[in-house]
Amino acid sequence: MTDATPAGGDKIRCDACPVMCYIKPGAAGACDRYANHDGELVRVDPHIVLEQTVSHGGRLVPFQAGGGDWDGKIVHEPNVFVTAIGAGTTYPDYKPAPFIVSSEIDGVDMVTVVTEGIFSYCGVKVKIDTDRYLGPETATVRAQGEAIGHVTTSEYGSQMLSLGGVHHLTGGSKKEGRVTCDALMDLSNCKSVELTIDGGATVVVQAGYPPIVNGVAEERMRVGCGSATIGMFAKQWHGKVDEVVVVDDHITGVLSEHQAGKLLDIPDTGIKMKGRRSTPGRYFQVAEPGTGWGGTKISDPLSVLGPFDKKEARPGLTMLMVSTTGEHAAYYVLDEALRPLETEMPLDLKLSVERIQENCEPALCTVLFMGGAGGSLRAGVTDNPVRLTRSVKDALTRVTSGGAPVYVWPGGGITFMVDVTQMPAGAFGYVPTPALVAPIEFTLRLSDYAALGGHMDHVRPLASLRDNTEFRPMPYIPGRRA
Amino acid sequence: MKRLPQIALLPDGKRLHLQDGPIDLVIEAKGRDADVRAGYEAAAYRFTGLLDELCAELTELRRPADPVRCMLQGVVARRMHAAVAPFAADHFITPMAAVAGSVAEEILGAMLGAARLDRAYVNNGGDIALHLTDGEQFSVGLMDRPDRQGLMRTMDIEADDPVRGIATSGRHGRSFSLGIADAVTVLARTASQADAAATIIANAVDLPGHPAIVRCPANELQPDSDLGSRLVTRDVGALRESEVDDALRAGARRAQQLLVAGLVEGAALRLLCETAVVGTTGIRTQALPALHGSALERVTHV
Repeated sequence: MTDATPAGGDKIRCDACPVMCYIKPGAAGACDRYANHDGELVRVDPHIVLEQTVSHGGRLVPFQAGGGDWDGKIVHEPNVFVTAIGAGTTYPDYKPAPFIVSSEIDGVDMVTVVTEGIFSYCGVKVKIDTDRYLGPETATVRAQGEAIGHVTTSEYGSQMLSLGGVHHLTGGSKKEGRVTCDALMDLSNCKSVELTIDGGATVVVQAGYPPIVNGVAEERMRVGCGSATIGMFAKQWHGKVDEVVVVDDHITGVLSEHQAGKLLDIPDTGIKMKGRRSTPGRYFQVAEPGTGWGGTKISDPLSVLGPFDKKEARPGLTMLMVSTTGEHAAYYVLDEALRPLETEMPLDLKLSVERIQENCEPALCTVLFMGGAGGSLRAGVTDNPVRLTRSVKDALTRVTSGGAPVYVWPGGGITFMVDVTQMPAGAFGYVPTPALVAPIEFTLRLSDYAALGGHMDHVRPLASLRDNTEFRPMPYIPGRRA
Repeated sequence: MKRLPQIALLPDGKRLHLQDGPIDLVIEAKGRDADVRAGYEAAAYRFTGLLDELCAELTELRRPADPVRCMLQGVVARRMHAAVAPFAADHFITPMAAVAGSVAEEILGAMLGAARLDRAYVNNGGDIALHLTDGEQFSVGLMDRPDRQGLMRTMDIEADDPVRGIATSGRHGRSFSLGIADAVTVLARTASQADAAATIIANAVDLPGHPAIVRCPANELQPDSDLGSRLVTRDVGALRESEVDDALRAGARRAQQLLVAGLVEGAALRLLCETAVVGTTGIRTQALPALHGSALERVTHV
């Protein structure tokens, strides 16, 4: 949300763009898009029409490189979609939502009810792609020292945080509520927020960016644990090297002992691993966690090995050691005394290490906003709020947030989740309750809208919004915002 | 979160619209599809971050320009300065007087650097940079009142004309004018030159001290206006025909000087239903049968 700072006297300073205009009451800034209304910065356009147009903004790197994942279309015929951003909210509850817009899609007259919802029951779920230890499950997560959420159960390759919720927003101290609201809004608007976890790490989170854990930016997710990596690459290593150790903070894998190696008839090598053996070829706790090889603290991979067994090992035996991200790798040959000596890695093994790197996805933070549309918000849409809920459940009504697709949680009420990076910039605001203001749109057939008790006398054709110049086209950047 | 410009095709599917803060560009290119696309990509790419570049030097850009010395760093900022410098010795002018044309020129330059285009324009809120190759031409509509619909006239610009920039200044646009002209449209070799010259000529269309003209310090309207406390025109009341002629004559005299100095190729000045045209380039076909020929003839032969 753009806001303005008092600038002395009655003028305000707009920070919507770097021009930073001083604006006097009743006047507009240099752009004619923002104005000073009784000392408050307001958008002159009351709501936003989102032109669902592919914009390459924020994708300049692939663009410059001449393609990449860019879809090749800078723009196409805009498919106008009215979003709720800037629609404003209305009280009391029975007053129809600010905009009930009809437009024809595929010959069917569709209605979109556009409103901004005030969500007291809301929060964000944060997925942080890292194997690094962030803190114990259920540990309190803090922003500026205030409790704003907790660590929840981890997912594959990722640590999960559950932040916000009505308890932190309104159930604690005033400061707790304010800090929680600020953190939720910043995370939802794709800004970075520093979080500290009781008994754990400090992590800087920003949707669409790698997490920064204790000051170190995470680069890649591991391709899998050490054992999984052995399973994935055993065939590619077969015949090119006698032994492979994949070093990992969780499970370190050893090719000759692993089931995958056994199936390929790879002979024993006399290797001796430190750590606790789980099943053949899989070892826990070969080293302490850290920022070295494979999320351990080691910098010399040989430190996880004991001496080779003289009965099985032989001079000239070759060994690849590699981390689960491929960021670290080394190649060894056993000398006459069966000591591993680091040697230049053969080309085909180098390629296999690159293949591991290639298969590691970039580590990202992702933020899903989650909120529940309460009775009052639904009353703005229809005389009979529960029918809206049923209509959403029956898939007659499509719910979107700032034009972005949402997942509606099954069961009662309209509780939805949305990827904040799919939404237009600055989509979220707040009210001092504290609660978040998020856009929400309900789209359904005009006939269905009438049937569920819609405010038919307030339905306006889409064209009427355009004529009244009450719209502002917005860049829509699918899948990527910040 | 990084602020991103708006980048979209207009509903006609042909013109590109770029907007960031106060900059609003409408762009159209003609050529092979791949070239048009490459041109639009280059425009969008160059546009991203351009406003930030300018704002980094905004304080300096809002100061009166030195006629010789340029302390500015950015390529667009320096172009702004170069465009206003010829006027800086004799007039109050800041580089901001050429911001719109300079931005248009920069974006057009980026497009031409990336693609072979037959014809292209970058229209920055009425200040337009043009590209023309042999056999191509532009038809440009003239409006006397930007706040109203309707064209006053059209003019044609052809490839062999030296004109590659058009700009309009007056008291109805987004920026303030020290003069009373409804609109002064200037044709020049570049958009930045046209922009600066239009400002200067529009300021010269004036009746100093006339009681029917309402003026107000610019900074009372926009606290950070580069015009400071200089009086800008807010309203023009009833004027006698001879007064309208006097004001247009003053502006046309200034335009004539710039024409002789090679700073403009032509200008059309409009005040309260009277029009004066200076120079012939581009306006040749429709200039002479003007709406109010008497004023025009008299003024253009000053």
